[in-house]
Amino acid sequence: MRRREALRVVANEAIGPYTLLRVERGGLDPGIPGQFFMLEAPGRPLPRPMSLCQAPPRELAFLLEAVGPGTRALAATEPGDELHVFGPLGNGYRLDGEKPLLVGGGIGVAPFQYLSERLGGPPAILGFRSDWHAEAAALVPNAEVIVEPTLVTEPLTDLLTQGYKVLACGPEPMLEAVRDLAPDAQLAWEAPMACGYGACYGCSVEIDGVLQRLCVAGPVLEAA
Amino acid sequence: MILNASGCLDALEAPEVARALDAFVTKTVTPLAREGNRPVRIAETDAGMLNSIGLENPGIEGLLADKLPRLAGLGVPLWVSVGGFAASDYAELCAALDDRAEVTTIELNLSCPNVEEAPESAAEIVAAARPRTSKPLYAKLSPAATDLPETARAVQAAGADGLSLVNTIKGLALDERTLEPRLGRELGGYSGPALKPIALAAVYQCYRATGLPIVGMGGVSTGRDALEFLAAGAAAVALGTVLFSDPEAPGRVRRELAEELAARGLPQPSDATGLAHASGTVTVA
Repeated sequence: MRRREALRVVANEAIGPYTLLRVERGGLDPGIPGQFFMLEAPGRPLPRPMSLCQAPPRELAFLLEAVGPGTRALAATEPGDELHVFGPLGNGYRLDGEKPLLVGGGIGVAPFQYLSERLGGPPAILGFRSDWHAEAAALVPNAEVIVEPTLVTEPLTDLLTQGYKVLACGPEPMLEAVRDLAPDAQLAWEAPMACGYGACYGCSVEIDGVLQRLCVAGPVLEAA
Repeated sequence: MILNASGCLDALEAPEVARALDAFVTKTVTPLAREGNRPVRIAETDAGMLNSIGLENPGIEGLLADKLPRLAGLGVPLWVSVGGFAASDYAELCAALDDRAEVTTIELNLSCPNVEEAPESAAEIVAAARPRTSKPLYAKLSPAATDLPETARAVQAAGADGLSLVNTIKGLALDERTLEPRLGRELGGYSGPALKPIALAAVYQCYRATGLPIVGMGGVSTGRDALEFLAAGAAAVALGTVLFSDPEAPGRVRRELAEELAARGLPQPSDATGLAHASGTVTVA
């Protein structure tokens, strides 16, 4: 059940170029991996959607990349600061498939520690722009790390012949490429969101020619 | 009285938020279903946000057959916002809603900044809609009108029962890196805290010009904001952008407004309406 609470920041840790923002859990449910939370971005008019990276007993942790004013404000929070957090929201991954394989790119690895934990540590293929970015791979067990110019689709092609079912999260071109190789993959998409709960109609993305509100139809969608 | 601004809440996705309102205003319905504009549809700015949704809606048939019965089940009075591309569209939408008991009020969206406008004036549209329904008609106007009080007087003369002030105002946001428009449709409707002084001016002027009941909206995020809209002349306030960051805003703003009123010894919200008009007696021009 989603709810909104002011939660205290526990720590803000650098992992390569990314930031792991840890907040007290309060009365919030961590939800299903792939679901997301709206995090108040201090000083900004709108909150930011973040999938859950870790769910230790009394905390929630989010991996973020400070690329705009909202994520920079979140990365600059300090222990003791309070943030309104609302969630869990949207649809997460289905966890009942046989032989799961995680495929992630860049900040798209964010939900994978929690997802891996819930799936019992399945194999993962994680792609990054540089060795520095690839430091985030340490969050995910059993990961094969790929650094550009090699792409995750290279090892993926081999593994798919062994009957793996893909759960992916990453930039759109990666998701499109994964979908071409694995038509039954579960893909976590991304879009700018104002509200996260279906109110603003701002996060509609075109998927297979149909506009869908990602916050209520997704963010995890089955590939067609 | 606290409402939502049209298009800022999906009552079926968030019934608990809708139930905290005194009335729920639907997203604008048009004669035919619309998919809305291509992404990107929203862009946050330093003091608000731009949207370019483009009136995504199921069309009047979809509303009547599917959504209206479910909305009625919420137990919240329903206002339906209607929009179109000619005065005849508005007239037909009002006729289609007229015998639906679930609908208490019709709001004419005469000011969506994200679609082509009807060629007729606001007053001509109200005049076309008026004879087609006995339900109260509220005209939602843009703050960008050259002479807003004059437009307000004209829609009053055409038969509007009230005014919804204001819709968003056109704005542009550019990408940090590329300097290209961030929205797919380039321009969007600007909303949020920065709109409040503009909206307050509209309410203040139109209250003087018409004396009509006004739903004030534009940057309302606290009880203090609501009080100011009442003082400027609003009979009710609507919450828009604040619902995106705070789904609990209806209850919070209501509590804060009650505290503001109590601190001033005002028993009812209606006792605050028009207080900004110095003499207390308002001349209707």
